[in-house]
Amino acid sequence: MHKLAIYLAATAALAFTGSAGAQGYPERSITMVVPFAAGGPTDTVTRLVAESMSKDLGQQIIVENVGGAGGTLGASQVAKADPDGYTLLLHHIGMATSATLYRKLPYDTLNAFEYVGLVTDVPMTIVAKKDFEPTDLKGLIEYVKANADKVSLANAGIGAASHLCGMLFMSEIKTPLVTVPYKGTGPAMTDLLGGQVDLMCDQTTNTTKQIKGGTIKAYAVTSPKRLDALPDLPTVAEGGLPGMQVGIWHGIYAPKGTPAEVTQKLSASLQKALKDPNVVARFAELGTVPSSEAEATPEGLKSRLESEVTRWKPVIEAAGQYAD
Amino acid sequence: MDLLNNLALGFATAASPWNLLFCLTGVLLGTLIGVLPGIGATATIAMLLPITFQLEPVSSLIMLAGIYYGAQYGGSTTAILINMPGESSSAVTAIDGYQMARRGRAGAALAIAAIGSFFAGTVSTVLVAVFAPPLTAIALQFGSAEYFSLMIVGLVSSIALAHGSVVKALGMVVLGLLLGLVGTDIYTGTPRFNLGILELSDGLNFVALAVGVFGIAEILRNLENEHERDVVIKKVTNLWPTREDWKAMTAPILRGTVIGSALGILPGGGAILASFASYTVEKRISNTPGEFGKGAIAGVAGPESANNAGAQTSFIPMLTLGIPANPVMALMIGAMIIQGIVPGPNVATEQPALFWGIIASMWIGNLMLILLNLPLIGLWVKLLTIPYYMLFPAIIAFCSIGVYSVNSNVFDLYAVAFFGLLGYGLAKLRCEPAPLLLGFVLGPLLEEHLRRAMIMSRGDPSTFVTRPISLILLLLAAAVLVVVLLPSIRKKRDEVFVED
Repeated sequence: MHKLAIYLAATAALAFTGSAGAQGYPERSITMVVPFAAGGPTDTVTRLVAESMSKDLGQQIIVENVGGAGGTLGASQVAKADPDGYTLLLHHIGMATSATLYRKLPYDTLNAFEYVGLVTDVPMTIVAKKDFEPTDLKGLIEYVKANADKVSLANAGIGAASHLCGMLFMSEIKTPLVTVPYKGTGPAMTDLLGGQVDLMCDQTTNTTKQIKGGTIKAYAVTSPKRLDALPDLPTVAEGGLPGMQVGIWHGIYAPKGTPAEVTQKLSASLQKALKDPNVVARFAELGTVPSSEAEATPEGLKSRLESEVTRWKPVIEAAGQYAD
Repeated sequence: MDLLNNLALGFATAASPWNLLFCLTGVLLGTLIGVLPGIGATATIAMLLPITFQLEPVSSLIMLAGIYYGAQYGGSTTAILINMPGESSSAVTAIDGYQMARRGRAGAALAIAAIGSFFAGTVSTVLVAVFAPPLTAIALQFGSAEYFSLMIVGLVSSIALAHGSVVKALGMVVLGLLLGLVGTDIYTGTPRFNLGILELSDGLNFVALAVGVFGIAEILRNLENEHERDVVIKKVTNLWPTREDWKAMTAPILRGTVIGSALGILPGGGAILASFASYTVEKRISNTPGEFGKGAIAGVAGPESANNAGAQTSFIPMLTLGIPANPVMALMIGAMIIQGIVPGPNVATEQPALFWGIIASMWIGNLMLILLNLPLIGLWVKLLTIPYYMLFPAIIAFCSIGVYSVNSNVFDLYAVAFFGLLGYGLAKLRCEPAPLLLGFVLGPLLEEHLRRAMIMSRGDPSTFVTRPISLILLLLAAAVLVVVLLPSIRKKRDEVFVED
């Protein structure tokens, strides 16, 4: 029955429990919850950072995927966890938008967590099917305004990064389009590749390789500066849409009440991980850069979360689309 | 002779001792987790991801791929032995496979499944190697209108899954469709039938449903009449397929391979139809449709081949487009990204050793699987001789661990218990769980593609008949309906649906 042994060992490793003070933290493995499915962009970011932080902390960080309900299931699980520093959450911009998208959340977004720091700010790209007519962002805006009833805009589901970016795009060019939701980025990208749908705005983690491969057309990147990975792609500001600057920022959280020494220690470890050449290189391939040392702090994450909750509230309310 | 050069490169990569070892590790692990009820490839690969960071990219992907198709092999083992399918594909195998086991032919059923899978795996690997790029171009022609029409074909044909009352089978399909609606409307974000429970906002968990209505319900039924079960075990006779078995399985394996390969290429949910479609075809063209549901060999050989062929060809969209066809592929893409390879349209030219190495390893892995599985059959069958009072608590424990490991969510365990009771109730009413499962899988896809096609056509339903592929599929569905309804063929139909 060696299969039994393997399985029991695996479960036992995951189920370690106990408690410890801040001294000597961490004394055992840490669970980092990702509120999305394994294999997605957020999961990838988490695993890269977790691996590097594990080396620094001398304890294994186990990534646990608790997907569902736009990330709110995973977040609520961590909000209820023991505040001992052994359960952490890595969540993206959805932490801020779900505060408005969901009218009934089982936790209070701004008061249920302690903060470790920002991890990265993944830029978005405005992309279209390969043979889409317009050649640049200005041309795209004109074309879309003139053909608003014909253009379809894909997104990966309510609350997804591509949904937020699409809402922002429509509100910036003041033209409502037909939006086509998909279950996740994969099918949305498939239809964009096949020319079944016209436009999408999605994270560089999903689009960079396709843009480089020439299978889709890119108009602009939503970061303040051009990307090293896509040097020919102008920014939204260059293209005349400065209000489109948006990033899918990722941060690490701990349950409310986690000792400050613990979050400080994690924060210091995060800052080191973000300078790890391996992490930097992988992030670059995905078209993103690690957050700065000033941002990768509890204060940096707290202020970002607060300002983003405020920023997205009116955009979501104007669109009138809620997730519950 | 690019192809030969490429294949040579692939085999040189995959056959290095180190990579052979990882391939073996992968298929071994895959078989083991496949055999454990409820534990799927997705959860295992997710758990093993951190280990792969330390390996060469090719080695780690070869190992992960091995787990994936190893689990496809192993999954049919539990479906046959204890009526416990872990995935939609093996749900079909359970129908006739488990009946074969009850007739004392578990060994033959397992062997047929393994042989069919190996053949299908070999053919579809060649397909992947030779036709990946052109096949991808065809797959991209499938928009939502085409997928909708494909699902209609699937739904219309699904009634053939029943081996009892047609009305009850229809009822089960509809119940499955309705269960599939639980969750969040992806177009408006409106919650549906979630009873205010946040865990239900992404719908019911397939594994929980399948394990409940098939496995747990079966355990409850077995506990009801335990003496009957002991009789079954004592009857276990020959482990290997007889000459008649070989004859009976050849054609279904060939047909299953074709069906599975074709459907596996479609990234929008084609592969899940593979085993259902194959079963339907086999039952339709069989001379003895009454045998289906009572241990028909074609009912195991066809779907098993289709399912493995689909599993292999579903690598095509991932390798050529960088797009995941299912959650396992999404994990593999995640693994590649962490290794510094961002999968996309250029992987074949930028990383030829990786691309062709994976393809070559698929065939090597399939070879290992059959060498591994045939001798193990005797062992698996012995498992049935374990006293049931020891076996069933172990099964329930493994199921719980497996279901929990999918989302790390306790709610899914309550769902298993609920569906176990529901499945038991349905069994008492002589309602089949397989059509229910098909409805559950098809329902959300049907709705999603119908509504998306209508959004894209701005509300014009003619989109389904003006797009040629969609039109052909709808005509096919109509033809199936005609066959079922026409009075002249009704006699044949009555033979297909023999009432209990």
